Amino acid sequence: MKQKYCLNDLKPGQRAKIKELLSTDGIRRRLLDIGLIENTEVECIGKSPGGDPAAYLIRGAVIAIRSEDCSNILIYDKGV
Amino acid sequence: MGLTKNSVGIRAVDSHLKIIKQTPSDKVVAIAGNPNVGKSTVFNNLTGMNQHTGNWPGKTVTNAQGYCSTKQNSYVLVDIPGTYSLMAHSAEEKIARNFICFGRADAIVVVCDATCLERNLNLVLQTLEISRNVIVCINLMDEARRKGIRIDLKELSKQLGVRVVGSIARKKHSLNQLMQELDVLMQKEQQTAPLQITYRPPIEEAISILQPVIEERFSGSINSRWLSLKLLDYDQSLMDEISAYTHKDIFTDSCILDALKQSKTVLDTNKITGKRLEDSTVASVVLKAEDIFKHTVFCEKKRYDDLDRKIDRVLTSKWTGYPVMLILLAIVFWLTIAGANYPSKLLSCVLFGIENKLTEIFYYFGAPMWLHGILIAGAYRVLAWVISVMLPPMAIFFPLFTLLEDSGYLPRIAYNLDKPFKHCCACGKQALTMCMGFGCNAAGIVGCRIIDSPREQLIAMLTNNFVPCNGRFPTLIAIISMFFLGASTGILPSLLLALYITMIIVLGVLMTFIVSYVLSKTVLKGVTSSFTLELPPYRRPQVLKVLVHSIFDRTIFVLGRAAVVAIPTGIFIWIMANTFISGTTILNHCAGFLDPFARWIGLDGVILMAFILGLPANEIVVPIIIMTYMAQGSMQEIESLTNIKQLLLANNWTWITAISTMLFSLMHWPCSTTLLTIKKESGSLKWTMVSFIVPTFIGILCCFLFANIAKMF
Repeated sequence: MKQKYCLNDLKPGQRAKIKELLSTDGIRRRLLDIGLIENTEVECIGKSPGGDPAAYLIRGAVIAIRSEDCSNILIYDKGV
Repeated sequence: MGLTKNSVGIRAVDSHLKIIKQTPSDKVVAIAGNPNVGKSTVFNNLTGMNQHTGNWPGKTVTNAQGYCSTKQNSYVLVDIPGTYSLMAHSAEEKIARNFICFGRADAIVVVCDATCLERNLNLVLQTLEISRNVIVCINLMDEARRKGIRIDLKELSKQLGVRVVGSIARKKHSLNQLMQELDVLMQKEQQTAPLQITYRPPIEEAISILQPVIEERFSGSINSRWLSLKLLDYDQSLMDEISAYTHKDIFTDSCILDALKQSKTVLDTNKITGKRLEDSTVASVVLKAEDIFKHTVFCEKKRYDDLDRKIDRVLTSKWTGYPVMLILLAIVFWLTIAGANYPSKLLSCVLFGIENKLTEIFYYFGAPMWLHGILIAGAYRVLAWVISVMLPPMAIFFPLFTLLEDSGYLPRIAYNLDKPFKHCCACGKQALTMCMGFGCNAAGIVGCRIIDSPREQLIAMLTNNFVPCNGRFPTLIAIISMFFLGASTGILPSLLLALYITMIIVLGVLMTFIVSYVLSKTVLKGVTSSFTLELPPYRRPQVLKVLVHSIFDRTIFVLGRAAVVAIPTGIFIWIMANTFISGTTILNHCAGFLDPFARWIGLDGVILMAFILGLPANEIVVPIIIMTYMAQGSMQEIESLTNIKQLLLANNWTWITAISTMLFSLMHWPCSTTLLTIKKESGSLKWTMVSFIVPTFIGILCCFLFANIAKMF
């Protein structure tokens, strides 16, 4: 079986395309609102001093997302 | 510009919006847009008002209104909170959505960030679904040009089917075109043909069944296509609003119910239900925005945010993130202290000089002693105190803080501190509300609306008071300079002072963490909710404008508040100090009554009484202490801090008293304005009580522990 990757697998500087959102309710709405739909390219910009949350470049805007939420954002491939 | 007189104090409390037209022919224009795109700047420049602006998402949490007019029309402009979409979920998004949907605005101006147009188009497209009278204002064109982003406004206008103007909101004249376009829009009932998003065929089919029925029922009062879509994607809060707005209960109307059932069947047979319907509609909007973006925006460089990323690497990295934060904080304090020193001396010289002159005049006219006592020794002296000691630090701290705010650093603080807040089961955005608290705790409490989860919002409200507001800062500064720095002046003492103040702030922040943690493990149990935070591009602050506005606005506000609170308090204290009951003044009775308890926590009766009387405003605590000591007999000149120190020492102050007073100043009940705000925002007397008791209890505990341990040495 093919391994599943999520946003947490992206290291700073790496980018990947969104495969699926597993999040539900409010956070799902919010992530959709900022444009996280299938095939959207996302780049990890960096991590905060505590290592979490991390910042991602999404459709021209930099958004910080916590690792719990990132684990529900699946990506197609491990970052490149 | 920064915290203004409108955003702090009691005015921050009132958030209910009622559109007030100056003349019946006024046109209502809503200013909408994503968070942090300069809506408030556009609003301020058009209306000449001073709505709080700053480079962080969410600072506008209530609707504000102002007026402006052109040759043809007069307008009521409404600045609504920034939102990413109209599928509202948080409180401020609901405010925005309700206003756009039901505010009966004559026009909606959607302000967009030229440097991040793709995401902004999402909201534009959603607004176009609701209203035909939309003007798109692409703001920050100068930033975009600097970053090598070129936008084809003509093509964009063509694609969207509505008027599009570019602007540089900081430059007022660049908004002229916006006003012209508004006039054009008002003038002729011209039929714009805004872009309609085409959804997947089954959804379109479902809409086409429902739309005619809705159109018939609501005949033009609401956009039928949009309402049909919303009915399919059932949203309870929106349905309630619609019922209230149209005075029609949609779900008792059999025709609508039948049509709805029919169209749902269409969706069901195509397996588009619930989450998939939502996904599909959102995806259509996002993809359309992407498509328009590709055809209208051209980037000269592949990456235009290199500089921002470099700055981020310093301000938010593992090794430098926290130290830089502390250093910046200390620098702000240092500049405040070093800068406030001289004007403070000058003001007190002038004001007490005036006092002497006034006294002479009183004697000249042979005014009775009690009148001189009440007006000069009472009211005037407290007022002079508040102005000379409190005003200069505030007038310097505020512009400095506003510069940080304008630059875009505050969201980085929230980003850096999210992890510790998460450990306390709270939200990183709490850091933003704490930053607001530096200015005014009441403003900080209102700012808590940016936190989505009600539980985390309540935690932020209950702990906001651990950040010393501008009313308490000067108290801390004065005590430290008197007791811990000696008489010498120069760079070194002021650096030390800044260091001490920073330590006190850090203590306040630690308390915030501890209390947040305890609250979320006890009375406010719960898990952390999700968290997304936009880190906006850094912007160069408008230094001059910030300075002028901040100082001017602050000065007036502080003077006003000083007059309102300090004068009656001064009169009150003088009367208390000069009315004798069984041989002792009332003041001494009160202070004597509080004294045993106060001594137990390292203070004395007078200090504790000053804190109690300072409930309306923390600014007057130190003036009350000084006034009371002076009224107790040891009358002397108090024109400099050295003299005041003599006065305090004569009243048995030691370094233990000084530190206990500072601890109690940092941790005691919130001022009355803040309490009122908490009551209003939480809607609960219980939580207001908690917000009163928690910091007071902790303050008493800390003072007790400190004083009694210190006395052992």
